[in-house]
Amino acid sequence: MAPSPLRILPRIHPGNAHFWQGGAAGELRFLRCAACRTWLHPPAPRCPQCLGRELAPEAVSGRGRVVSFTINHKAWVPGEDQPYAIVLVELAEQPGLRLMSNLVGCPPEAARIGLEVRVRFEDCGEAFVPLFEPVDDP
Amino acid sequence: MTEILERRAAITGLGQSEVGRRLGRDPLDLTLDACLAAIEDAGLGREDVDGLATYPGAMPMPRGFSGAGIPEVQDALRLELRWYTGGIELPGQLGAVIDACLAVAAGLANHVLCFRSVWEASAQGGGGRGPAGGREGRLPRADGFMEWTLPFRAYSPANWVALYAQRHFHEYGTTREQLAQIALTARRNAAGNPKAVYRQPLSLDDYLAAPLISTPLCLYDCDVPVDGATALVVSRRELARDGPHPVVGVQAVGSAIRGRPSWDQWDDLTTMALRDAAAMLWERSDARPGDVDVAELYDGFSFLALAWLEALGFCGRGEGGGFVEGGARIAREGELPLNTQGGQLSGGRLHGFGFLHEACLQLRGDGGARQVPGSPRLAVAAAGGGPLAGCLLLERA
Ligand SMILES: [Zn+2]
Repeated sequence: MAPSPLRILPRIHPGNAHFWQGGAAGELRFLRCAACRTWLHPPAPRCPQCLGRELAPEAVSGRGRVVSFTINHKAWVPGEDQPYAIVLVELAEQPGLRLMSNLVGCPPEAARIGLEVRVRFEDCGEAFVPLFEPVDDP
Repeated sequence: MTEILERRAAITGLGQSEVGRRLGRDPLDLTLDACLAAIEDAGLGREDVDGLATYPGAMPMPRGFSGAGIPEVQDALRLELRWYTGGIELPGQLGAVIDACLAVAAGLANHVLCFRSVWEASAQGGGGRGPAGGREGRLPRADGFMEWTLPFRAYSPANWVALYAQRHFHEYGTTREQLAQIALTARRNAAGNPKAVYRQPLSLDDYLAAPLISTPLCLYDCDVPVDGATALVVSRRELARDGPHPVVGVQAVGSAIRGRPSWDQWDDLTTMALRDAAAMLWERSDARPGDVDVAELYDGFSFLALAWLEALGFCGRGEGGGFVEGGARIAREGELPLNTQGGQLSGGRLHGFGFLHEACLQLRGDGGARQVPGSPRLAVAAAGGGPLAGCLLLERA
């Protein structure tokens, strides 16, 4: 996907590079605990379940479902196109493994709770921003 | 049961500056207006104030979010303090007042001046509220919590609250017509508040025709930035008897957060931290929700007031839409008058402290044209949304 010039990017550091740059390899990556296999988000130095320290990035399937959404109509930033859909996506791998994102590849009005989605990445150079599109084209 | 220590505290003084859009006044000066009014209202002098508490403390950014910090106010009034606190990592805006209650209960201070001041209307000029990250010059890099919102163009708390409102609509069938009643009730009540920003009538048709901001929230679901300051004096209860007004005692506080401290990682997308703060409040009181005579509940966005209504048990979980439907129940003459000063939606975004100020005013019977009938004895003041939440149960002694 072509980058949108106005997208604000994260400050990349060793603790989050796996997440923001995994898209270069087409992978959505989260930290996962080697001991109890819990997925973490956002990244943290210890597993919140077992307090284990052996955490490593691992790719998820990129499949999930929309657990909530909002269609933004207000121009918070001059020059941006409206409206667009902000979604909360829960990944298939673990209940509660969730992130905010945008719904793309369909009109914003196609957003609905329960929609099955899969990740695609917007190449913004230093970061690959994970966005989601419907699994079945609307 | 261990002693409910906050009952050793009472609110003895109330003060508020002028409130308005772009007053263009020195924010510290506005803050002092409110502080001096509260001290005088308590029947005290500057020399009696030995504690100071504020939210969020001095903050240069975002501009307008904080009008004054602790050192400025202490120095301006030459206060001699035994205890003070100012910070943002608290159980909501009213966390500063909860701290003050505990300080007087512990004997660290006798009279704590609590204040919150904003000048967001002047700071934002004519351009409306900007994105949460600030955008001067080249694009900033998102950090902290913003790392998980700004790259997805979720710039505003309006977006974050909307995600909760949408989920509530989905799970419980809540409608925009129902949610509108929070805004319409606030507007009706604002007519009785000379300081309220928006006092002209607002109809359901007006509401439904307003521009959408972030679905399901429209313009009238979002509060209005203002310049203004609110202050209260929290005193040791045994000292409150000597004051000029009826004693407003603190009955219980709620400050809990059990879920993850986050907008996007909270476990239940129809509640927020207010679920836990509200539950704690009732654990600390024998009173029940049905005993409450007036409710002043944070409405930075209308949905937050709806969520507080449910969390505080005024209706069942998911029943907030039905509870406010038609507006009669939450009207000034209704069974649970809500946001009697017009809330932040129509009164102006005094950021939390306005609700506590109004709850005390109502319990004292000083509500003037907007006084709720029947001499209210018990009130709830609550503030915060997302991971922020704090609340107080207040009683007229
Ligand atoms: Zn683990």
